[in-house]
Amino acid sequence: MDYEKIGLLAGIEIHQQLDTKEKLFCRCPTLLRKTEEHSGEYHRYLRATESEMGEIDDAAREEMKRERKFTYYTYDSTCLVENDEEPPAPLNQEALVLSLTIAKMFGMTPIEQINMMRKLVIDGSNTSGFQRTALIAVNGTLPNGGRIETLCLEEEAAQRVEGEIFSLDRLGIPLVEITTSPCMHTPEEVREMAGYLGMVLRSTGQVKRGLGTIRQDVNISITGGARIEVKGVQELDLVADVVKREALRQQNLIMIRDQLLSRGAFVQPAPFDVTGLFTGTGSSILKKAKIILAVCLIGFSGLVGYEIQPGRRLGTEMSDYAKKCGVGGIFHTDELPAHGITADEVEALHRALGTTEKDCIVLVAATPKQAHCAAMQVIKRAGFALDGVPEETRKMLPEGNTAYMRPLPGAARMYPETDVLPVLVEPSMWDSISLPELLTVRALRFSTELGIDEGLARQIAFSERLPLFERAVMERINPTLAARTILGTLKEIQRDGADISMISDDRFIEVLHAVESGKAAKEAIPELLRMVAKGAGTDEAIEKCAPAISRDQLHAIITKIVDERAAFVQEKGNAALVPLMGVVMAEVRGSSDGKIVSELLRKEIERVCKSR
Amino acid sequence: MERLKTGDRIECSYAGTRFNGTYITSREGKAVIKLDSGYNIGVGSDTCRFMERPDPVGRPEISTTQNDSLPPLSIISTGGTIASRIDYRTGAVTSQFDADDILRAIPGLSGIARYRTTQLYTILSENMTPAIWQELAAAVYKEIKNGATGVIVTHGTDTMSYSSAAVSFMVDTPVPVIFVGSQRSADRPSSDNTMNALCSATAAVSPLGEVAVVMHASTSDDRCAIHRATRVRKMHTSRRDAFQSIGIAPLGYVDYPSLDIHLSPGAVRRGSREPAISPVLDESCRLLYFYPGMPPSALPETGEVHGLVLAGTGLGHVSTDWIPALKTLVDDGTIIMMTSQCLNGRVCDRVYDTGRDLLKIGVIEGADTLPEVALVKMMWVLGNEKDPEKQRLLFSSSIKGECMRRSLHGL
Ligand SMILES: [Zn+2]
Repeated sequence: MDYEKIGLLAGIEIHQQLDTKEKLFCRCPTLLRKTEEHSGEYHRYLRATESEMGEIDDAAREEMKRERKFTYYTYDSTCLVENDEEPPAPLNQEALVLSLTIAKMFGMTPIEQINMMRKLVIDGSNTSGFQRTALIAVNGTLPNGGRIETLCLEEEAAQRVEGEIFSLDRLGIPLVEITTSPCMHTPEEVREMAGYLGMVLRSTGQVKRGLGTIRQDVNISITGGARIEVKGVQELDLVADVVKREALRQQNLIMIRDQLLSRGAFVQPAPFDVTGLFTGTGSSILKKAKIILAVCLIGFSGLVGYEIQPGRRLGTEMSDYAKKCGVGGIFHTDELPAHGITADEVEALHRALGTTEKDCIVLVAATPKQAHCAAMQVIKRAGFALDGVPEETRKMLPEGNTAYMRPLPGAARMYPETDVLPVLVEPSMWDSISLPELLTVRALRFSTELGIDEGLARQIAFSERLPLFERAVMERINPTLAARTILGTLKEIQRDGADISMISDDRFIEVLHAVESGKAAKEAIPELLRMVAKGAGTDEAIEKCAPAISRDQLHAIITKIVDERAAFVQEKGNAALVPLMGVVMAEVRGSSDGKIVSELLRKEIERVCKSR
Repeated sequence: MERLKTGDRIECSYAGTRFNGTYITSREGKAVIKLDSGYNIGVGSDTCRFMERPDPVGRPEISTTQNDSLPPLSIISTGGTIASRIDYRTGAVTSQFDADDILRAIPGLSGIARYRTTQLYTILSENMTPAIWQELAAAVYKEIKNGATGVIVTHGTDTMSYSSAAVSFMVDTPVPVIFVGSQRSADRPSSDNTMNALCSATAAVSPLGEVAVVMHASTSDDRCAIHRATRVRKMHTSRRDAFQSIGIAPLGYVDYPSLDIHLSPGAVRRGSREPAISPVLDESCRLLYFYPGMPPSALPETGEVHGLVLAGTGLGHVSTDWIPALKTLVDDGTIIMMTSQCLNGRVCDRVYDTGRDLLKIGVIEGADTLPEVALVKMMWVLGNEKDPEKQRLLFSSSIKGECMRRSLHGL
């Protein structure tokens, strides 16, 4: 697809958890817990507050559609601040300095006086009903020439356990939010910039790693479409797909709008009660429902069932809106007869409503309150189809599709967090912040200075275990050996079932030292690490699995093996080396370095051949 | 250049970029600006350029309707906030006091009663004085006489139990007089204000007939406890369930969201008393918290005060060194009552020598009265009864449930 021609514009918003000792506004550790470990729970309701215009923010109103009671899990590692039972402590200095460091790495300008805000969030993920957030710096640059608009420091939300249950361990972990301008024009460019942002963040060495610790939101629009914010793209590899599929969706929605307009299509403004038509229906869902409401979409036939993304139709979009009212889904005549609803019933429906096959009827079946709410949502979404693409916040589905989440949040949902004093960023403080080396620069340095392979250098520089590697190098362990053991061996033995989290950095370094000093052979590393993972001390492991063999002892073993197979050696000559290597290595069980074995073995083969 | 005013539209040139925003205020030498993104930033005022002064945004008149068939409740506000509104344009949070505003903020109230509101004071509760308690008592009494089914007093939580005890002593009420507040600010979606307000309105139309405090019973939004005004104390600085009945179980509970009310058999019922008011307080009373080593010089001079409440240690003790000074005060006519820092349990000065000495010189045992309540009681007794014998009788009896004849179990 020619993305320039369709006017693709995309921007990224990255949320990265910071690996600070304590949370942003309390002195609890930034520790994620298993939900089984929770120490207690409590229940709360959240209510949207009245704003200046006597109105509730749109996104908030959407959340209010259902009366919701939230449950929160507490831990021995959370406190009254997470419970919204105590005012926040002063802003965490470690987090502030770290976020300023990141800002400086992007060439941003810090805000002179940082003002903490309360951003209304009433989906339950913040016990207070707002998220604390502050604008820290503005105006940075990206390698593609694009602009980073803002960097904010905010508190992480609580994570959903299931339904309306939230776990408080994550709430309050510091988070930086970095927002770029819509400066990217192809899906690949978006992926590349997202990768770059992540690399810079990881260069600090003080960001959390692992699933869920970094989240990308992507803003996407095409000419004639609308700004869509896709939330929570977790995997970098999916970023480009999300952009592609969203561009496709917007193109199709524009096409549908043009068709609807040319047909003179419109939406009936109120639903009709058609419960009576389905008294004898074979559809179990309709039969169970207290009420069945029909929404008439005049001139919509065929377009509600039109595929706008692989596997998703305009009808799916309507269904997503309806689900906000607690219904399981909708039926529409573009997909009927099906689901136990017969052709006769569809015909009866058209007859009763005075509609024809050119029209599409949407059915919602639920309790009266839910059904009415859902029908109005369908009417709302169908109305948007006449305008093309509605501005929305969407969530990512597997494989890069997206589904409606809520309207785009308005700007008018913040007010000052008066419990936190403003913080002055003095020029001297800003100047004193030193910039960490970028991981890309570090990779280059590893390959030139340490002489390790370029690919390996990049891998180790970007690895979560980079600090371990740097320590090994500091302790004069061969860099390539260290890198390969960290990236290769550890993964291998983990795949085989070893619990590598039990291998402390100290033990790991001891094992490598043992190899470097000849106390154990390189070949013994996997077995040694496996034993260490099971709780053995380094010396104990060497003793058990690979007692060091002196060169003399090794020589004796090799001489014996070669002599026993003299005929074979004389016949094969140097070709005997490989098979005999296997025999020797089996005998010494990895206690000897292969290089030394092969060197000695070669000499012995020569000796036996000459002696013929 | 035009002096910037809150709400002015401005353009701010910062970091090589132009931002549009609204001028908020000047703080610590920086101009605080609300950017159109919603964020506030503090920058040098020289970066801001005045653009325009928008017409003030009028508030839409969303009228609320009151249901005339529902019982009339009076809401008297003293400064505690049960409703507030945020101006997202400037970020300002304002407290709401008139009936329309409160009903708009807490729509559920309109299903319970119809309301008349009086804004008596707008002060922080730590700035309350006995003089204000007296005005409050008069205002409450007036609403009762005017036929209110119940009275709700919104109050800052810090000194709410002092005010509720004071009103309890000064006013005989046949209807519920409910003190309510919020521990977490009313602007936040999680505030306890809504539930506390709905539960207090429920208590105010209930069969209860005494002064009470209605606040969260636990950290959950599941029920409010109804506390007797003279047995309640703020026991936590910030938690929603800071208010606890001391030495007795609460008078009842209001479940949430069902608003089902449960009253204990011990709660005074509606109509048990004829309305009356004795609104005199003798402010010449003090409360002194004893600590080991506290010098007797910390005591007031003879003739300096009429009454003195001591918060003593354990069963009700102060240092033996204090006995002569206390004796001088008592002999001079100062009424001295002993209470305990333990809060829970009863003073008994007959067990140890110090206690017996205290009794001998004429210190009154405060039974299980809470120290702060004992202070308010002393002000009321000394203000309304001049006969020393009758004063003694009042001190040793329970006037509004402030002390009990028997101690119930547990903490
Ligand atoms: Zn905490």
